[in-house]
Amino acid sequence: MEATVIPLPLPALPEGWAAETNFKAIGKITKEGATQRTLEPVGPYFLAHARRARHKRTFSEDDRIQAQERAKKVEDNDDSEISEPEDAMMLQRDAKDWKSQDHYKVLGISKYRHKATEEQIKRAHRKKVLKHHPDKKAAAGRADDDNFFKCIQKATEVLLDPVKRRQFDSVDEEADVEPPTKKQLVKGNFYKLWSHVFKSEARFSKTHPVPSFGDDKSTKEDVENFYNFWYNFDSWRSFEYLDEDVPDDNENRDQKRHMERKNANARKKKKAEDNARLRKLLDDCSAGDDRIKRFRQEANAAKNKKRLEREAAEKQAAEEARLKKEAEEKAAKEAEDKAKNDRESAKKAKEAAKNAVKKNKRVLRGSVKDANYFAAGDASAATIDAVLNDVELIQGKIDPDEIAALAGKLNGLKVADEIMGVWKGEVDRLVAAGKLKEGEAKALGA
Amino acid sequence: MSDTAKAGPEPSERTAIGITFGNSNSSIAYLVDDKAEVIANEDGDRQIPTILSYVDGEEYYGQQAKNFLVRNPNNTVAYFRDFLGKEFKSIDPTHNHASAHPQESGDSVSFTLVDKAPEAAEEEGEEPKQAAPSALSVSEIATRYLRRLVGSASDYLGKKVTSAVVSVPTNFNDKQKAALIAAAAAADLEILQVISEPVAAVLSYDARPEAKIQDKIVVVADLGGTRSDVAVVASRGGMYTILATVHDYEFAGFALDKVLMDHFAKEFMKKNSGASDPRENPRSLAKLKLESESTKRALSLGTNASFSVESLADGIDFASTVNRLRYETIARSVFEGINRLVESALKKAGLDVLDVDEVVLSGGTSHTPRIAANFTYMFPQNTRILAPSTDVTAINPSELGARGAALQASLIQDYEAEDIDQSTHAAVTTVPHVANAIGVISTNEAGEEVFVPIVQPDTAVPARRTVHLSAPNGGDLLVKVVEGNTHIKVTKPEPKTKENGDSKAAKVEDADDSDEDDSDFSDEEEEEKREKVWKIGATLAEAAVKGVKKGGKVEVSITVNTDLSVIVTAREVGAKGGVRGTLASA
Repeated sequence: MEATVIPLPLPALPEGWAAETNFKAIGKITKEGATQRTLEPVGPYFLAHARRARHKRTFSEDDRIQAQERAKKVEDNDDSEISEPEDAMMLQRDAKDWKSQDHYKVLGISKYRHKATEEQIKRAHRKKVLKHHPDKKAAAGRADDDNFFKCIQKATEVLLDPVKRRQFDSVDEEADVEPPTKKQLVKGNFYKLWSHVFKSEARFSKTHPVPSFGDDKSTKEDVENFYNFWYNFDSWRSFEYLDEDVPDDNENRDQKRHMERKNANARKKKKAEDNARLRKLLDDCSAGDDRIKRFRQEANAAKNKKRLEREAAEKQAAEEARLKKEAEEKAAKEAEDKAKNDRESAKKAKEAAKNAVKKNKRVLRGSVKDANYFAAGDASAATIDAVLNDVELIQGKIDPDEIAALAGKLNGLKVADEIMGVWKGEVDRLVAAGKLKEGEAKALGA
Repeated sequence: MSDTAKAGPEPSERTAIGITFGNSNSSIAYLVDDKAEVIANEDGDRQIPTILSYVDGEEYYGQQAKNFLVRNPNNTVAYFRDFLGKEFKSIDPTHNHASAHPQESGDSVSFTLVDKAPEAAEEEGEEPKQAAPSALSVSEIATRYLRRLVGSASDYLGKKVTSAVVSVPTNFNDKQKAALIAAAAAADLEILQVISEPVAAVLSYDARPEAKIQDKIVVVADLGGTRSDVAVVASRGGMYTILATVHDYEFAGFALDKVLMDHFAKEFMKKNSGASDPRENPRSLAKLKLESESTKRALSLGTNASFSVESLADGIDFASTVNRLRYETIARSVFEGINRLVESALKKAGLDVLDVDEVVLSGGTSHTPRIAANFTYMFPQNTRILAPSTDVTAINPSELGARGAALQASLIQDYEAEDIDQSTHAAVTTVPHVANAIGVISTNEAGEEVFVPIVQPDTAVPARRTVHLSAPNGGDLLVKVVEGNTHIKVTKPEPKTKENGDSKAAKVEDADDSDEDDSDFSDEEEEEKREKVWKIGATLAEAAVKGVKKGGKVEVSITVNTDLSVIVTAREVGAKGGVRGTLASA
């Protein structure tokens, strides 16, 4: 209830009146102050009361919920309003040419098309009739202007007859969704684009529900189900609507039969074409469907897993063998190189040693020459010979090291005695070592 | 007829009408563009006599059947509504004297009628054999009658009527209601709800677009053909509570017919010496009654009415006229009886005429101008008397019940049957009503404390009421919430206040247009001045609204919850905040 306005004033607050929240509860309604009575269950306000009582709502809650419900109702009403702009060309249409007219557009329900309910069609028809009735045109001074009215009537006749409506829906190209082009697919969402196409095609399905196209998260089962459904699609689409007119029986029977056959063939052909079209559509779609590729890959992956593993093992083994071989070859080569080097260095050392021996032998010989072959004055050839033979002998008895040592000892000695001593020592050592027999090398050790 | 509980039609497929199923007349109404329209039947009648008649197997109903009361009384059933769901021993067959007589059959009532066509004659020239009479229970009669009513409504609307709300008198008991629902079900009619006639009448007035929903006391005088019912209804925020009812089977339309019948019978005998009393002969009586009824109707519209019956008795035609004054004089005892009915209803409700805000006249007899005029004297000046002769905007009293029923039908037709049951369940309808008014204290010009009612007595809880009080001086104001009660203050007029009495007497004379100034109640009123005053009762709470602007307004809202706890809020209109407090339940 609205607030009642009472012109009387409120009294002023008496002095000294105080309360914490400006409110003092003093009394309460006495129990005797209430009588149980029966409300008459009649009228909108009682219904509101009953609603509150049954849902245990308070006044303000109920007000709010009711306001919401009202708002929703308004929305529904708006939705039911069917109004589409009328094309001037359409209004000029000749009713005789009804086969080519877009019945949904004529009734202004082209956004619903095959989804329009009978109720919607009826309402749309009513609305259009109210607007385009020839009597109204006549009242506006345009007598006999019933062309578009006839179009409306024809559209309603077709759309309210389920058989005729199916025939029209079969050839209603406006409801078709063209398959996406490659360009579109590059830019857009593959699943979204194609699902629009299949949703539109699904209107011809005899079986319902039609499986949905899904998205990239769909399971394999769903996807297979989808493609199976569509490859075995059971369509009610027919092409009678595009038949050529069949002449009357009484004119020419042969002509009539000919036309009928022709129509039947045309229908069959169109149906076959439509089936082919759908098949191509599916092929195109499945060709681009990443899910199928993915599922195939997954299946293949499972099958080839063993083989791949084996191959991998083999490959690894081969690799290992190769590495091993390489290592071996390398080692062999290194060894060869080393041997060669060794040989060369040994040869060099030998030569060096030979040279050194030669040099030392020269030192030995030189030393005896320096000592004048241990002879006073010019030494005779025999002496020289004997000494040199002994030297030769000793040299043959000792190894190059000893020759070197001996040469070291002899080197620098100029005095014949000292040289003699060294030689004697050497001979003695050799004798002691048993390498030289007593009496040999007497020219040096004597 | 199906004995099993038949599921009603789906809410979306319902076509629901409102029906007043009266003892004398019935009406059907339908809601067109939020306006209730009473539907006329094939004969063009909006008040369809509750009569069925069988002639040669043909069924007639309504006015056609009523006309057969003269020629075919034995196969005509009238005034059967009140017999529905009743035992033979508790029915009053007075009115059926001139038509088919009710008989006992088991624990209900039946009528014996020839309702079949006579069998074809076996031989040429032989008289057709009369079909055997059959005993028809009152519920079968009701079913047939309702079927005709619904058929008329369906024809008018062009769609099958599936459901209806029916209005019946307040003293219809559950058995009668059940019998009515069963009879309707047999006629393929789903009864969505049975509502009481006085409330239907109030609803038809409250549903008018110009009507403002307010707290008021309404007296509904439902004056029918065979009975009168007066109900005192508390209308609180659009919710109705019947405070008291009075039923009477004496002061009704037939009593007025009787007055005219006696009048014309005497005149007939006076004019035709030696002619027999037309009231002695059933056929003459039927003619006399039919014509008296139409004369009565004519007198409700014009000041003069003619009466003419061909071959009233002994083959003598009779024609006469009567003026309204004469009629009102001879029918005075009936009118006074109706006044007493209203008074006794108010007494039963514990109210005074001063408490009454509206008087709604309903039913065919309410067309009589004298009855409405009498009420204008009985009630104070500011009480609206809603009758055709006192208020030009008044709705046709014969249509109130049907309209109210149609309004209710349109309100509930979208509900499931189960929803309707639950909403009309006693748990929902039986609620506490506050006995005392709750209001605030204000001051009048003289500086005295006066009580401003916010929640009126007899308001169903939970209830929420809001008032705006003025604050001419602004500042800090006290909102003192108190209980209040009314009492009738009687002041003996000073000898000087002759003027008042004179004007009243003059007015009585004007309206009466008679030299017999004899309205006894208006004599009483001349002597003393009676007024309704509020008495301040116990204080419930005090609240302060501070800093109110000069000339501002204070909004006080009181919500009484189901448990009788009270929430008081007070705030300055247009300002934020305010005071809010709760009083615990009693």
